[in-house]
Amino acid sequence: MSVTVAVRPETDTVPTGFVRDTVTIFLREFQLVLRDPFSLIFSLLQPLVFLGLFAPLLAGSLSADQLGGESPLTWFLPGVVVMIALFGTGSTGANLLYELMTGSYERVLATPVSRPAILVGRALKELAPLVVQAVIITLAALPFGVTFSPAGVAVGLAILGVFGVGLGALSYALGLASRNREWLFWGVQQTLIFPLLILSGMMLPLESGPAWMQAAATVNPLTYVVNAERAAFTGALTDPAILHGAIAAALTCALGLIVGVRAVLRSAG
Amino acid sequence: MILTEDLRRTFRRRGAVVEAVRGISLRVERGELVAVLGPNGAGKSTLLRMLTTLLAPTSGSARVAGVDVVADPTGVRRRIGYVGQGNAGGHNHRVLDELVTQGALYGQTRAAARRRAGELMETLDLRGLERRTVSSLSGGQRRRMDVAIGLMHHPELLFLDEPTTGMDPQARANLWEHITALRAATDTTVVLTTHYLEEADAMAERIVVVDHGEVIADAGSDDLRARHAEDRIVLEVERPAEVVALLGEGSVAGARVELRLADAARRMPGMLARLDRAGVAVHAAHLHEASLDDVFLALTGRSLREEGAAA
Repeated sequence: MSVTVAVRPETDTVPTGFVRDTVTIFLREFQLVLRDPFSLIFSLLQPLVFLGLFAPLLAGSLSADQLGGESPLTWFLPGVVVMIALFGTGSTGANLLYELMTGSYERVLATPVSRPAILVGRALKELAPLVVQAVIITLAALPFGVTFSPAGVAVGLAILGVFGVGLGALSYALGLASRNREWLFWGVQQTLIFPLLILSGMMLPLESGPAWMQAAATVNPLTYVVNAERAAFTGALTDPAILHGAIAAALTCALGLIVGVRAVLRSAG
Repeated sequence: MILTEDLRRTFRRRGAVVEAVRGISLRVERGELVAVLGPNGAGKSTLLRMLTTLLAPTSGSARVAGVDVVADPTGVRRRIGYVGQGNAGGHNHRVLDELVTQGALYGQTRAAARRRAGELMETLDLRGLERRTVSSLSGGQRRRMDVAIGLMHHPELLFLDEPTTGMDPQARANLWEHITALRAATDTTVVLTTHYLEEADAMAERIVVVDHGEVIADAGSDDLRARHAEDRIVLEVERPAEVVALLGEGSVAGARVELRLADAARRMPGMLARLDRAGVAVHAAHLHEASLDDVFLALTGRSLREEGAAA
């Protein structure tokens, strides 16, 4: 049997799709930041805290030799940017936990929104402050005699953005899996994020560590992203580390989106 | 507007298979207002979640607004509005922001979404709350906002899952006024679930009673009562046995006569006139019209009211 449907003439609608939906979801999340800019101000202070408190210790305990001949700040600051991205996108799923409970997640699922757009839009919201943070770091490093390449920083942020979308999607999937069990989300997230962080040489160089740690680092995608950021920030855009980092970021992104979209499609049950 | 055939959904819970919906075939025409009534856990929400594409059926088929829910879920989502059991608005978001976001998800331009949001805030009594965060709204305001979100894209079919659960009677009546006005103005088809008997009785033109995942009755509320439950008349009289003999029906219960019959309200005046002519003094006459709960009791052997209270 056939049912005919009268289509309403909608003159002021535009076609939706992945890109537009991503923008819509991003804006929905980013509105929260705009409406309450204090959170943004504190997140901007974060890199300065690391710059002021961690970098001097690092400079005192490590020689330029151990840092591959670079000055401690040049070595350390790109790592801080990666760390901020890691913690920001890694908590994408935490913001979701609340929406899962209240019902607004379900409401979004009931709309024709593109499923990957939900993941990417939310991850981009966590990444957005990073652009400003990176600019602040670059400027704050100047008085210490460290000059980062603006073009290099831009390339570094692009790689980090791709990686962050993947990590954000994985975090989102974790959020869906730990629905109604917030402790589970944080337990798993913290258990995974610190080994990833330490085994990437982000905060301390692994060159002085035991061989097994160095071996573990070679299978950690974050290692390649961190190395790529260090090369990019100094403007060494032809360094193979950048290509390796881009590949690691792309693979993380693809894996995250596959896992994340599957989780969204199954989550409704 | 809705056509389902042998729709089923099973879940696995701790190794056991739970059949939440067991073969529901349903047809809803354009413009109808249908209440799906049943106790908690009867499968109402599972049914609704399948019709709104939030849950894939285990087997069977469903066409909603002319589109198959499995073959083209996005097509269904475009045409329907859904107001779930929870709150649609993110609790930290502002009311107007959420309405505009919703419009944007359906392809409205920001300007069109703002216009539509303004209209709905006006008709749903939400004026002045544009910049408030969702968490600061009262329960009734929040629920009206949920309905506004569900209506942003002018859906031809609106699903409401337990729209009034937990609301005070005044807010409930108020929400119903809005839904009634909406139907008067737009011919929107409305399908809702409820476990409030009075609500289904008073508001819906058609009631689908669901229990243990199956439709056990489907009719207008008067029809349901006529078919599945009897009214009761209780007469307080001097000599009950005599009255039973005179009327040719009923049974004696102490100093009372109890009669079970259909359409009692229409038959009672004639009955009293007859007794009066026969010189029998009636001290009091009680009329108990069958309720939907009686219908449910007759159909399942359980009272819906008790189950609702226990839940």
